[in-house]
Amino acid sequence: MQIKCLNDLRSGEGGKISRINGGRGMVGRLAALNIRPGSRITKLNDGFMRGPVTIELDRTQIAIGFGMAARIMVAVEESGQ
Amino acid sequence: MKILLMGNPNVGKSVLFSRLTGVHVMTSNYPGTTVHYSRGHMKLGDQQGEIIDVPGTYTLEPTCDAEKVALQMLDSGDLLINVVSALNLERNLYLTLQLLERKVPMIVALNMSDDAAHYGIHIDLKRLRELLGVPVIPTVATTGEGIKELVDNLDKAVSHDMPARSRDERWVAIGDILNQVQQVTHRHHTWRERLADASVRPLSGGLMALTILISTFLGIRFLGEGLIGGLFDPLFNDLWAPVLNGISGFLGGSGFLHNVLIGKLLGGEVDFVQSFGLLSSGLYVPFAMVLPYIISFYLVLGLLEDTGYLPRLAILMDSIMHKVGLHGYAIIPTLLGFGCNVPAVLATRILESKREKFIAVTLISVAVPCAALQAMIFGLVGARGGQYVVIVYGTLLLVWIVLGFILNKAVKGFSPELLIEIPPYRLPRLGATLQKLWMRTYGFLAEALPIILGAIIAINILYFIGLFEAIADVAAPVVTGLLGLPKEAVTALIVGVLRKDVAVGMLAPLSLTTAQLVVGCVVLAMFFPCIATFVVLLRELGPVGTLKSFAVMILVALTTGGLLNWAL
Repeated sequence: MQIKCLNDLRSGEGGKISRINGGRGMVGRLAALNIRPGSRITKLNDGFMRGPVTIELDRTQIAIGFGMAARIMVAVEESGQ
Repeated sequence: MKILLMGNPNVGKSVLFSRLTGVHVMTSNYPGTTVHYSRGHMKLGDQQGEIIDVPGTYTLEPTCDAEKVALQMLDSGDLLINVVSALNLERNLYLTLQLLERKVPMIVALNMSDDAAHYGIHIDLKRLRELLGVPVIPTVATTGEGIKELVDNLDKAVSHDMPARSRDERWVAIGDILNQVQQVTHRHHTWRERLADASVRPLSGGLMALTILISTFLGIRFLGEGLIGGLFDPLFNDLWAPVLNGISGFLGGSGFLHNVLIGKLLGGEVDFVQSFGLLSSGLYVPFAMVLPYIISFYLVLGLLEDTGYLPRLAILMDSIMHKVGLHGYAIIPTLLGFGCNVPAVLATRILESKREKFIAVTLISVAVPCAALQAMIFGLVGARGGQYVVIVYGTLLLVWIVLGFILNKAVKGFSPELLIEIPPYRLPRLGATLQKLWMRTYGFLAEALPIILGAIIAINILYFIGLFEAIADVAAPVVTGLLGLPKEAVTALIVGVLRKDVAVGMLAPLSLTTAQLVVGCVVLAMFFPCIATFVVLLRELGPVGTLKSFAVMILVALTTGGLLNWAL
């Protein structure tokens, strides 16, 4: 299993969030949307010119700014192909 | 009895509020539509209940001003209706647990339960009721399903002896609840989801955004022009003009009363744009010049809001908006500003930091012309040639970019990153979209008409007693020297403080050159907010922030006006 930051995930890759390298404020903002260690997410898209990354979590799509996404570490699941 | 509607953003609280109270409030398909609360009343048995539509929040630890409003409201409630989206039970339950810890009687409205079934989500209501210890009523606010049950069960709302928990403990509890109540069956992607994916992917999304924005602009123009040419102009020219000419003849064609009611005659005839009387320009400007564009703008904006496209636009714009110190979501207040700056300034409450709010509000006040002002620019500048309209808009866009860039460097503080939930696409419900259009159109007429008519009376009186000329003489060096406008234009700039559409209208009789008209319109758009915007500006930025914002506006307006005057 490989740990990558959200920006480095390929579109369609998913995994469990392992760590969020941020201050209290950022961790709190993310947790409110259920983005916290242990949550399972799938990356949908990269943004344009370091734009926001879009992910899917619990059937909700969420856009996360590039800098914030860089601090979200994900344990990538092997794709079941 | 005070009943609060609380829940996550974009779960349908405002739609439910309208259902319960019959009071119509603004609803859209994006998180953060409601940034301040609305009140309404409903009958509860034999007593009257007050219902409050609270801005959406994910937690009781607020991250922006709209969420702070929610937290402040919470203490005043006697009963909570926690609106929960059945689509995202897990995330929604976090707030539910926090609310239960407050020990206020509560009932849960499990909204969008039709969508949940469609998405293959099955929720065991009975078990959920047991676990939460409060009534849970499935509702579909948009169709009214379950509303009666909700009302009938309000008296069964109970407060719960839920212990206060830490963040992690709450999530563990939620995981536990979900395991017991929710089953999700796998299903395939629908076309709407495919479209949703395509609209945020850089290339396809960019092309879609471009197509949508261009067709939006063309649609607004087409509809606005159509309404003017096909309806309002014929009404005024064929029906109202003969009446006015009759009255004019009756009043003898001149004199104070004639000037106030009909205005000055041009070549012995009433001129709807230039006469500037109460019954001529006073009605023609709001109804035949501005109203058509208000209707067309808000119809198109309403469709964009209700489909759920705006958050996608915000994502695509994010990296550009960062260059001006904002994040992508600031595009929503900016777009609202093209209708009216007042709701636009209020909508900046969805932004997280003070610095962002200041930049967003200042940029909107300076470089985003409201629909009324734009209608007048189209009407007057457009008559001189389309390229001059392009110059006005190009200048405003350039100022927006350059000023944003400077403010981003100059304003202290930090700008947080974008973090938003993207709602699923929905087909707008015609009734709801038209209802919203009516609210906004009515709002325009109710607010603008008295001010426009009052302004015209005041202008005529001030002309009559010669006060305007005295002021014009004082301001002449700046207006004539720097901006190259005749000193009479000062009166228009002063009236711009009241309403910008009337102010641009006042430029019409001054027989300006095209260059002067362009400079006049640009300066009017930028230099000072209208009185209604000023009031919300003061409330949102505070006195110091407002003063700073004013300083920027005046400086930028004079610089830009001077440069334009020199260049044209």
